[in-house]
Amino acid sequence: MSTPPKITVATTWLDGCSGCHMSFLDMDERLIELVQHVDIVYSPLVDTKTLPDRVDVGILEGSVSSEDDLEKALAFRKHCKILVSLGDCAVNGNVPAMRNHFKLSDVVDRAYRDTVTIQPQTPTQGVPALLSVVKPIHGVVGVDVFVPGCPPSADAIWYVLSELIAGRIPDPSSVTRFGA
Amino acid sequence: MPPPAKQSNVRVVTLNIDGRDLSAREDETIIEVCRENQIPIPSLCYLEGLSVWGACRLCLVELAGQGRLLAACSTRVTEGMQIQTNTEKLQRYRRTIVELLFAERNHVCSVCVSNGHCELQYLAQKCGVDHVRVPYRQASYQVDSSHEMFRLDHDRCILCTRCVRVCDEIEGAHTWDVMGRGSDCRVITDMAQPWGDSDTCTSCGKCVQVCPTGALVKQGTSVGEMVKDQHFLPILARRRHAQ
Repeated sequence: MSTPPKITVATTWLDGCSGCHMSFLDMDERLIELVQHVDIVYSPLVDTKTLPDRVDVGILEGSVSSEDDLEKALAFRKHCKILVSLGDCAVNGNVPAMRNHFKLSDVVDRAYRDTVTIQPQTPTQGVPALLSVVKPIHGVVGVDVFVPGCPPSADAIWYVLSELIAGRIPDPSSVTRFGA
Repeated sequence: MPPPAKQSNVRVVTLNIDGRDLSAREDETIIEVCRENQIPIPSLCYLEGLSVWGACRLCLVELAGQGRLLAACSTRVTEGMQIQTNTEKLQRYRRTIVELLFAERNHVCSVCVSNGHCELQYLAQKCGVDHVRVPYRQASYQVDSSHEMFRLDHDRCILCTRCVRVCDEIEGAHTWDVMGRGSDCRVITDMAQPWGDSDTCTSCGKCVQVCPTGALVKQGTSVGEMVKDQHFLPILARRRHAQ
């Protein structure tokens, strides 16, 4: 029996806690089965440094909070056939978006000046500039599959990937919800 | 527990809901008949034991021969009604309503004390809300922690007014009310004073128990710990109405 061709998957995290990727790893022994069907071509979990030109499934964790997040989201949309928002931050902004109620300058001052006693300074070099409003992924690019949850359970991620491998578009509402 | 004794001169009507032929007392509403017959209809402002408000519009149903949709909680049954409760159109409207509730204020489920025990969160999943298609308003709302036992978070309030009604109709204190219009609308205690300063609040906690979200909660609860118990309501309501 010939094995069907593997699908390529790219993942990255934007403004999130990496918890969704940890939940991905929580699939445990199912990861062995997953690699029979999936090639992870770009991810914080692997070594590759550049996003390939064409990827079947792109998975984004975290919200869009900085210029770097925005660039990554645009690049994923450009290069991935199916784009997945993984987790509440990607889907609805979640905790990172709670800063939207404050002026950006107040937020930066709170982190780098008000609470610092020695040489308070705002970093400008080597860090991406923050956007004034934190947005979910679909606030900046089109998204095909939304997987809410904080984090989505390993079972939910397994279900979503299994459906995508089978060529179907999953319905994550059957397995996960906001805040799950 | 049996319902209170009713007058015997109430007539019975027959109607059809989702293809099922049913009979009901003519003084019943569509939502009451649906609940009796295990026909699921989502609702947030409606709660058995409280007066009807008709604000959340989640219980809208389609009635044959009627161009407009009707709220099942505020429409009495009549003879020969043909009702559909779960058409594609209704599903689309319900999903949009829930999305608008999420976009209006700041329901951050993952850090809410009611996470996992919230009617809004549950309905979102039921209605297939896996994301919100409209932009979030990102408006800032206040939290009132002045009461020694309870806390009010306007961010998570959906203005269902269950708290207002239970306080007035069951507890008889009428501490709660509503002020402002549109996006400025909010529930208030007494004359918009801090809850902890209220002269009328009896600290009975009924408002907290009937609140469908994490807007009214007990002090000292952490994420997911606020489990509400509404079993008292139909019992107290029957006793109130029997008086």
